[in-house]
Amino acid sequence: MVWQTLKRWYHMLGSPRYFHTFSSRVLPWLTPIALITLLTGLVWGLAFAPSDYQQGNSYRIIFIHVPASSGALMGYMALGVSGLVAVVWRMKMAEVMLKAIAPFGAALAAISLITGSLWGKPTWGTYWQWDARMTSMLILLFMYVGVIALQNVIREPRQAARAAGLLAIVGVINVVIVKYSVEWVQTLHQGSTLKLFGESTINPAMKYPLLISMLGLWLLYAVNVLIRARSEVEWRERRSKWVQTLIRTGGK
Amino acid sequence: MNSVRKQRLILVLAVLVGLGIAVGLMFYALRQNINLFYTPQQVVAGEAPLDTQMRVGGLVVDGSVKRNEETLDVTFDITDGKGSFTVHYQGILPDLFREGQGIVANGTLISTSRFEAEEVLAKHDETYMPPEVQDALEKAGHPGAKKADGYSE
Repeated sequence: MVWQTLKRWYHMLGSPRYFHTFSSRVLPWLTPIALITLLTGLVWGLAFAPSDYQQGNSYRIIFIHVPASSGALMGYMALGVSGLVAVVWRMKMAEVMLKAIAPFGAALAAISLITGSLWGKPTWGTYWQWDARMTSMLILLFMYVGVIALQNVIREPRQAARAAGLLAIVGVINVVIVKYSVEWVQTLHQGSTLKLFGESTINPAMKYPLLISMLGLWLLYAVNVLIRARSEVEWRERRSKWVQTLIRTGGK
Repeated sequence: MNSVRKQRLILVLAVLVGLGIAVGLMFYALRQNINLFYTPQQVVAGEAPLDTQMRVGGLVVDGSVKRNEETLDVTFDITDGKGSFTVHYQGILPDLFREGQGIVANGTLISTSRFEAEEVLAKHDETYMPPEVQDALEKAGHPGAKKADGYSE
């Protein structure tokens, strides 16, 4: 039953036209929800959450750093799945997604590196060390940039998607390294504070604004992907009848 | 699934598994170099090279920090519970440096019991809490208060 429904969604969302109507219905309410959630989390975290016993106020960068890092990692996983579907099943929407997911993820990876380095100076005493976590995160940024570059350097969009898709799939190995680098080898970077299993080592007064900021940023990422995918669909289907009608009626 | 797609899927998965194994082996072969620092256990056992630039990491032993009154010289012991040695440093320590704190020092090992540091970094752990909670934990003698100062393995 569940499998049947998922399969139906897969095929429906696989149709560029259906995706276009679907996203027009979702975006008007997803956008304000994402912005309000992110703003709530950030204001709560940056202005109202208590300060830390060791770091004082400088720890507050966590409310930007952790959502950005987790968004960059999850975005890359989604990029890898799109790559797999694009390479194996040659689905057009997966090719569109491959193009839509990468830019925001690259920006988040850059934000993660910058905020982490700004926090590192007062906390550790250094902006940068070539430890496993930081190095693999830098590679993640390069993988994102590589996927974007590969799509732009090959003119034929379907070929570009296949090349970029393969790079996206291979890069998933690096996501695993980023995630477990702090557990497998000795690093300057501390281990994960938020744990999927077991107790998180962060006070609830700080944890809730952090979780809300994370959710808000993930939703904002989804909004960005939908908007990018829509314009990509419109461009690719520009000669089709339904897009022509859409242009004539002014997008109504 | 038709056979062409199946073939492509198998090919992609084979590439992924192959690369995964290659990266795994690379990590295994380089694990000593990927580690940012040597632990006190390794230093005491003589696994760390003498007289070369390297990093060591561990917890600052309680009561071991000795500062020179006139200069910036400071010595302290670091441990991981399985070995300990003395670190000498001349310079300004990071704000988070304190007894019981995890640190990473960059410098050279003179002998298995003495390290000359050129740079000392504080290693922060993954625990975050308000100061009042830390006070309360300490008063109650909760093990979490002590653990919060340490660094995770």
